[in-house]
Amino acid sequence: MAKKTVPFQGTKEQEEKLLEMIKAHKGEKGALMPILQQAQDIYGYLPIEVQKIISDETGIPMERIYGVATFYAQFALQPKGKYRISVCLGTACYVKGSGQIYEKLQEVLQIQGGECTPDGKFSLEACRCVGACGLAPVMMVNDEVYGRLTPDDIQGIVDKYNA
Amino acid sequence: MKSLEELNAVQDKVKGLISLRLEDEGQANAATDGCRYHVLVCGGTGCTSSGSKQIIAKLNEEIEKNNIVKDVKVVQTGCHGLCALGPIMIVYPEGTFYSMISVDDVPEIVSEHLANGRVVTRCVYDETITEDGFQSMHETAFYKKQNRVALRNCGLIDPEDINEYIARDGYQALGKVLKEMTPDDVIKCLLDSGLRGRGGGGFPTGRKWQLAMGNDADQKYVCCNADEGDPGAFMDRSVLEGDPHVVLEAMAIAGYVIGANQGYIYVRAEYPIAVDRLKIAIAQAREQGLLGKDIFGTGFDFDVDLRLGAGAFVCGEETALLTSIEGQRGEPHPRPPFPAVKGLWEKPTILNNVETYANIPQIILKGADWFASMGTEKSKGTKVFALGGKVNNVGLVEIPMGTTLREIVEEIGGGIPNGKKFKAAQTGGPSGGCISADNYDIPIDYDNLIAIGSMMGSGGLIVMDEDSCMVDIAKFFLEFTVDESCGKCTPCRIGTTRLLELLNKISDGKATMEDLDKIEELAAYMKQNALCALGQTAANPVLSTIKNFRDEYVAHIVDKKCPAGVCKNLLTYSIDPEKCKGCTMCAKNCPAEAITGEKKKPHEIDPDKCLKCGVCMSKCKFDAIVRK
Repeated sequence: MAKKTVPFQGTKEQEEKLLEMIKAHKGEKGALMPILQQAQDIYGYLPIEVQKIISDETGIPMERIYGVATFYAQFALQPKGKYRISVCLGTACYVKGSGQIYEKLQEVLQIQGGECTPDGKFSLEACRCVGACGLAPVMMVNDEVYGRLTPDDIQGIVDKYNA
Repeated sequence: MKSLEELNAVQDKVKGLISLRLEDEGQANAATDGCRYHVLVCGGTGCTSSGSKQIIAKLNEEIEKNNIVKDVKVVQTGCHGLCALGPIMIVYPEGTFYSMISVDDVPEIVSEHLANGRVVTRCVYDETITEDGFQSMHETAFYKKQNRVALRNCGLIDPEDINEYIARDGYQALGKVLKEMTPDDVIKCLLDSGLRGRGGGGFPTGRKWQLAMGNDADQKYVCCNADEGDPGAFMDRSVLEGDPHVVLEAMAIAGYVIGANQGYIYVRAEYPIAVDRLKIAIAQAREQGLLGKDIFGTGFDFDVDLRLGAGAFVCGEETALLTSIEGQRGEPHPRPPFPAVKGLWEKPTILNNVETYANIPQIILKGADWFASMGTEKSKGTKVFALGGKVNNVGLVEIPMGTTLREIVEEIGGGIPNGKKFKAAQTGGPSGGCISADNYDIPIDYDNLIAIGSMMGSGGLIVMDEDSCMVDIAKFFLEFTVDESCGKCTPCRIGTTRLLELLNKISDGKATMEDLDKIEELAAYMKQNALCALGQTAANPVLSTIKNFRDEYVAHIVDKKCPAGVCKNLLTYSIDPEKCKGCTMCAKNCPAEAITGEKKKPHEIDPDKCLKCGVCMSKCKFDAIVRK
């Protein structure tokens, strides 16, 4: 099953920028990496649609572009949400029920871990210990820490960011 | 530039730009720009993170307010080395060393020191304060034993101004090579100097160039490895941030020697400041005609382009790096053929590390004998180390080869914080090993480090005290190589994972002594069979810790104890009934409800419920929690 993500919303301006950039690299040896890096600067990530444009324009086969894009840690194939939620699945949090918190978030946001809501607002991931075991279970929304959570708290917190 | 004479003329003109700052070389002279003071503020990554940009802005604002714009020049430089005390600012001509300055200190420094010549003693690095005034930074313990060759311009010049580099004899070595030396002369000079690759392997640089020179081809390439990926290493970053032109100059020299006219620098995208300064340096060198066509009117063409790494550790390996420059997945391939025969796009290529290049112009100008006079018999010159971990003076140091670990840690590094004891030093990153206190006095060079089970590596040097667990350190590096293994060859992809599983068994207290043998067998197999250095050396952190700290492994396996108190599953928490006042703080904060007891009476921890998170220990005001 395909991962849930934000549908591709590239603008005309972005595409023009992309085409111009690819043109500037024409004839340059080994230009694929710089092209992918600059494409990611334009779009924030490398959706399959952008990879296809690059493939069409450069004549480099898709399998090679996808291979390179997935090899390097710097390239993101999924966009991150405006609010990045990470739930601590470290031991202390896990025992105090962070697993249920994680499940509840997936239910409320209607996405799996590692995905992003289609409106681009929330992305969800699990993380290692954040060093706040005394507040277990803990989750973070961007840099803000929420502790001593119960599954019943989740809807309220999400609503706060949805407002 | 059309001729060497032109470079000399430029140098004469710009020499005065930096003369005010050369107190330590006994040449301090009035600056030709009419300034009474040059204020050098470190703009390396460390000091930038601690706020040097805001300091520069405030300096300029205050200088204007005090009406001394014509008297003072503010220069943003590269790293001074003492990152622990950043942001750092040096005022010349006196060489006053201000450390850990905040924006709030700036108005006083400007109005007192720069406007009225009165040093603001409370902001001065205390090691430079003596009974009868101040001493030069070069007299302090941190700098005294250092000898800056590769870092000679770092922290002294503005890396974004090619003229300041030219004022420091910049591009003179290229001029000398193009005008006076044959490629064979250069190679002889490098061989005589004894320079070995600073990226870790220690292959003689002159030999590498000779191999590439000897191969005929219509096209050759000169590459620079600036994909510094070891956790805890930042030597190359500092050279690129502080003195980018030295790398360009050395690459051009290499191009002349092997017959290449194109260079590539492969630099990590995670080093934005280094990338920016390289871009500026390349643009300035092209503008001055020091890169491009017909350099110095000799008919020699050479140009350099940047390629940004994209977060793959394996690309530090030479064949993987070249594959990545070609725009492919950065997977290594077997050698031979070596890059000197078939490298980038199958053409003869030399690949050297940043620090190696940074030594070369000096060797050309000062001669092989000068360079060979430093260091040990088989390891000449100096080495830059990024000193980190449990040591007071965290930072960047350059020392002659042969300096002992004790001198580095105890003298230059200022010892270990909180009166703890030295336990080990890790060199060589995920390919290296841990040096124990038994080898504290061994002179550090390529061969001695190999002999004691570690390696020089690119220069990360992490100090550990008695609170560090060696099994845990080995695990840390293995987790890193498991993540970074590219997956192309089985010995590395599966070997590292199996090795980590065995280590986890040990730190969980579930291992037997036979597992130690298994580790050694697996490690030997990986060393023989992995495709590239990443896999071949991945077991080194494990093997060296087993060799040097076997007792600690045995304690984990046989006694089920972690002597350093790090491996969670081997620890037990209990409450000392003598000290416990029954305040209930621990019980209230325990996430697992493992602590019970009545108010004002000693509490108890249920070991079956305890998660060993340590919260109780941090909350207890009476030191009643015991961890064993």
